[in-house]
Amino acid sequence: MSKLTSLSEAIRQHVHDGDLVYAAGFTHLIPFAAGHEIIRQGIKDLILARATPDLIYDQMVAAGCARKVIFSYSGNPGVGSLKWLRDGIQNGSLEWEEYSHFGMISRLQAGASGLPFMPMRQTGALDLEKANPLYRRVQDPYGGEDVVVVPALHPDVAIVHVQRADSEGNAHIWGILGEQREAAFAAKRVILTAEEIVDEDIIRSDPNRTLIPSLVVSAVCHVPWCAHPSYTQGYYDRDNDFYLRWEEISKDEASVKAYLDEWVYGVKDRAEYLEKLGKETQERLKPGVRLSAPVNYGSY
Amino acid sequence: MPEAEYNATELMIINAARLLKDGDQVFVGVGIPNLACNLARRTHAPKLQMIYEAGVIGARPNRLPLSIGDPTLVSGALSVCSMFEVFSLYLQRGNIDVGFLGGAQIDQYGNINATVIGDYFHPKVRLPGSGGSMEIAAWANRCYIITPHQIRRFPARVDFHTSAGFLEGGDARAKTGVRGAGPQAVVTNLGILKPDANGELVLAALHPGCTYEQVQANTGWPLKQAEQLEYTAAPGAEELRILREELDPQRIYI
Repeated sequence: MSKLTSLSEAIRQHVHDGDLVYAAGFTHLIPFAAGHEIIRQGIKDLILARATPDLIYDQMVAAGCARKVIFSYSGNPGVGSLKWLRDGIQNGSLEWEEYSHFGMISRLQAGASGLPFMPMRQTGALDLEKANPLYRRVQDPYGGEDVVVVPALHPDVAIVHVQRADSEGNAHIWGILGEQREAAFAAKRVILTAEEIVDEDIIRSDPNRTLIPSLVVSAVCHVPWCAHPSYTQGYYDRDNDFYLRWEEISKDEASVKAYLDEWVYGVKDRAEYLEKLGKETQERLKPGVRLSAPVNYGSY
Repeated sequence: MPEAEYNATELMIINAARLLKDGDQVFVGVGIPNLACNLARRTHAPKLQMIYEAGVIGARPNRLPLSIGDPTLVSGALSVCSMFEVFSLYLQRGNIDVGFLGGAQIDQYGNINATVIGDYFHPKVRLPGSGGSMEIAAWANRCYIITPHQIRRFPARVDFHTSAGFLEGGDARAKTGVRGAGPQAVVTNLGILKPDANGELVLAALHPGCTYEQVQANTGWPLKQAEQLEYTAAPGAEELRILREELDPQRIYI
């Protein structure tokens, strides 16, 4: 059965005030269009979880959507910091819960696997373990040294962007996989956004690439350029210029408001954003072609 | 080799590259570590393999990566896996030879703070946090730190242990049972610090024209010298040519 719907409808139906949201994607496939739609709908008091909050959560914090962040690296890599997140933590207006990358994705892995917690080896660095009471230690029942454990994370809703999916939500992903699959399996509801909606035959032509199956997906949205200014492998490059510009934009309240007014509140949806972005930027970000060699699954 | 002009960043990259061995499996970040690895690959370590925390194994970037998950890392790579897999199958399992670390503060025993200046719950300055460094510092066979040598970056004690060096020194690290050998060198623009038998960072080498007094003035503890203090060779013309012409022609990092 088709789960195709508009992104605004999917957000309206599946993201509610106070929800724990996991917008997935490590540098790659970050669903900015969904973040912007959440801002437009004025959804509040969210707990925003991501390994790297990135610009998407800095914008959502700036727009007043969040009461808490859960993260493992809160910088704008190679550029600077995420100002609104950092200021919120420093002035006490934003709650936070912090892990290392491995701790963060281990929480998702436990959630995705139906386990209560995930063990990890000790690291010798105790300060974060002491600061975050959800880090615990458990005795190895087989006689080894104690392991560090983190509890399963079950987001109320995960938002996962992919290259292509069929209308039921069976999705192909390639390039950096981050925590896309774990987030989808760990969450209670999943909004899938895709660059392309394809026939089920295309999905079935390459089943090893289907990392997210329809059975965990709640809604499917066709959203070309959903990830801009992050990227979608093979479709468009990361807009590194914008990541640099955000450092300037985010510096004061007026310029953030101007940005949100123009690029979020000022457009109806991603299609309008894309039109506003313009052909020149789209051309600049278009990658060359590099095809993989086809494989023979065999006909049996 | 004739003496060449070079800047502090080039000096650090070239000295970091020289620490890498052919065949090393290196867990690498963007920026300076990435340049050091690519320089080593083009000189003495052609079989060095670059592994990125985003889950990219054996990257062969065609252009200078500008983010930790740059798409150029994927095209032409040997393998791509999930983040959980790269941290568990590669790092936790013990398949990583070298990890690169950075941070706002590095202390006398090679512990790193990338989390917070001041109290954790009432931060004076909030920094990005661990990312991958907590586990890299523990589980890579050896770790290298590359950082400019400034007094504020080298306090005697860090405000927060984001990742473990030799903790309080002595056998403190060994007692935790972590598998990696810990920080093996800190490469700065003045020289190279290495841990002594007690895990204390001592001055092991000076770069051309630098003095012990200069290093001590920029270090927050009484800095010992290694028994055999060494002097690094100046960056070579070929090392500089590869860096400037092939690896970072637009001078984004250098």
